[in-house]
Amino acid sequence: MAIPAERRMVDATTPRPARVLSRRREAEDVWTLAVEAGPQDLDAAPGRFAMLTAFGVGEIPVSYSGDPAAEGRVIHTIRAVGAVSRALAGLEEGAMLGVRGPFGKGWPLAEVEGREVIAVAGGLGLAPVRPAIRRLVARGERPTLVYGARSPAQALFREDLADWRARGVEVEATVDHAGPDWRGHVGVVPPLIARRVRDPARTVAFVCGPEVMMRFAASALLEAGVAAEAIHISMERNMKCAVGLCGHCQFGGDLLCRDGPVAPLARVADRLHVAEL
Amino acid sequence: MNAPDLVLTVEGLDALISALAGTGFRVIGPTPGEGAIVHDDVSSTDDLPRGWGDEQAPGRYRLRPRDDGALFGYALAPQSWKRFLHPPRERLWSARREGGEVDLRPAPLPEERFAFIGVRACELKAIAVQDRVLLGGAHVDARYAARRSSLFVVAVNCADPAATCFCSSMQTGPEVGEGHDVVLTELVSAEGSRFLARAGSEAGAAMLAGLPSRPATPREVAAGAEVIAGAEARMGRAMPPGDPRALLADLEHPRWDDVAARCLTCGACTQVCPTCFCTTVEDTSDLSGRETARDQRWDSCFATEFSFIHGGAVRASGRSRYRQWLTHKLATWIEQFGTSGCVGCGRCIAWCPVGIDITEEMAAFAAGPEDER
Amino acid sequence: MSSDATTGAALARTLAAHPLMAGLPPAFLLEVEACAAPAEFPEGARLLREGAPAAVAHLLLSGRVALSVDAPGRAPLTFQTVGPGEVVGVSWLVPEACWAWDATALGPVASIALDAVRLRDACEADPALGYALMKRFVPVLLQRLHATRMQVLDVYGDPG
Repeated sequence: MAIPAERRMVDATTPRPARVLSRRREAEDVWTLAVEAGPQDLDAAPGRFAMLTAFGVGEIPVSYSGDPAAEGRVIHTIRAVGAVSRALAGLEEGAMLGVRGPFGKGWPLAEVEGREVIAVAGGLGLAPVRPAIRRLVARGERPTLVYGARSPAQALFREDLADWRARGVEVEATVDHAGPDWRGHVGVVPPLIARRVRDPARTVAFVCGPEVMMRFAASALLEAGVAAEAIHISMERNMKCAVGLCGHCQFGGDLLCRDGPVAPLARVADRLHVAEL
Repeated sequence: MNAPDLVLTVEGLDALISALAGTGFRVIGPTPGEGAIVHDDVSSTDDLPRGWGDEQAPGRYRLRPRDDGALFGYALAPQSWKRFLHPPRERLWSARREGGEVDLRPAPLPEERFAFIGVRACELKAIAVQDRVLLGGAHVDARYAARRSSLFVVAVNCADPAATCFCSSMQTGPEVGEGHDVVLTELVSAEGSRFLARAGSEAGAAMLAGLPSRPATPREVAAGAEVIAGAEARMGRAMPPGDPRALLADLEHPRWDDVAARCLTCGACTQVCPTCFCTTVEDTSDLSGRETARDQRWDSCFATEFSFIHGGAVRASGRSRYRQWLTHKLATWIEQFGTSGCVGCGRCIAWCPVGIDITEEMAAFAAGPEDER
Repeated sequence: MSSDATTGAALARTLAAHPLMAGLPPAFLLEVEACAAPAEFPEGARLLREGAPAAVAHLLLSGRVALSVDAPGRAPLTFQTVGPGEVVGVSWLVPEACWAWDATALGPVASIALDAVRLRDACEADPALGYALMKRFVPVLLQRLHATRMQVLDVYGDPG
């Protein structure tokens, strides 16, 4: 049987070595790496992801928290929780990592022109939402962001939040608990959603965060009148190959590396309420 | 391929094996291993399991001697051909760190050309299913593609299916349909075996043309049809009718608890399944950390680590892992790849240490929650 | 005190416009209004004090209020902020309750202060009013219960 030559390339499973340009701490256990960009990174649309290799340790999926097409370098924000993420988060300027990607389907930015976008993010879930907001702001739109974090010290991208506010983005940040210095909301994300949905029929929601938070946020959006087709959530499952060949990222019938990670709620809503799927 | 059936003698089959080896193929066929049929290198029909049959039942596999001297008198070997096309472990790449640079070298594509002798109808279908998964999408498993594109298949129609077989009900056998280069039907008699031979491809026709053969007599052609009809009649099991996607409508069915109480989550079913394709990767390094490498190896959705995300496994319970396997195999596979993931070979039944029977489970689900317990 | 809100008519209008009272029949609104008075607080003022009798609750009109708890050796820990259209103080629903938390104005705050004892008595005397008010306060309790559970779950926390 004949296989077209271009599809036989081993590129998809072979990382490309790339250099860390800089590293900065976002929060206690969260680090942002800037990595030199390759030509394929121009396809790193917001919401898509890369597979990052810490040589000799392993590989994990990491979303793009920046916009390589606009910034000329690749930004990844990593929480150091496992062996690989700790090794990646520990890479200093000049160190090499392996990069594959971009993979998957991102936020449907082309389809939301002229509609009101509400982004709902929790914790590290702000990372893949960040480049989406940047693109929307760059094209003159005024999205709304509701962002929840554990505490003020764990809130990410605070400079961006201030910058977006200055550009007319309504930013509502809330934390689970705070000391007296915090001027934002304290409490969970879902109750903040209803009042920010002004025209449900014209609203599109981008949701990314811990799955429990996304379920409640999705309910709040539905209650506010946003259609399930217009609510897009970014799902997370184990990923190994990232190109639909290894079977790990199944979520019902979806292979999330290929059919996600961003998926319309209308497609996955039933599955969200099945434990251990 | 409308050429008339030919008849090969055992010597003719030997000539086929020699011709394949002579044109650079590594010829793999059934051999009588230690208590099991094992696919291994064969250089002549002397290596084949002459006079061996098998006996399979839930949780049971035994070789049994046959008194007819058949060369292909068994139903199925425990391991399918995926072991060669999609091997249990292979190197993807290695890398060397040197002075702040990384030299990353993809593992070379395999150059070995396989010829398989004795592929059953269900196994051919299984190869087609893996083709769809590993070659049919936007990305291709390059190593599988390399092996697959040079494969030569000599299929052999099944004469004596096992009690665990249900290919008829899956419409995947027992008669070989497509995907082969040559298909043989063994005609056993007191004088020894003859083989009805038919080409399934240009390469197969060219190969047959170079072998000592004669046209089949009408009686031989009729005998071949009887072999297949007999296999059909002796099929040990059947998958219950109905759309298996009904499984997805009741993911909280009590039968999941029932089967989970029996399932050991050992993953044996996924290892012997000819379509299970899941893999994971393992990164290794030398002590200095300078030489690193990544291997791909078979994984199983029955492993807890399979669904691990930071913090823990998504599918922690055995119930959820069995559910993932069965719903994927029979239902979501159709959504993902347009075919069922099951070909009815019954290996998962025979090699389940506690004898869980996929057809029995499906019958229980089809019966509905009220009728059970 | 805002001159507008000091007039009875203005208070009635403000009360009726508060989301928590939305759709309340006029007769019930009158009964609530009899227990209501406008109030204003500068930044840092305490609206409720932990341990004090639950006597006056607040329907917030503007500004935001932090619900917090004091712990020795550390700054007060805020676990919820409440804004316009929401309510500060729900413990009064239970007779003889005390406030469980401190409520502090995060900036200038305007509210409608509800005399909780009188309001509870009015509910006792008119169960229809009581039921109508319960239907407005129970969702608040439920939402806070859900929020509390999500916070206890620590969904953003270290998954290990």
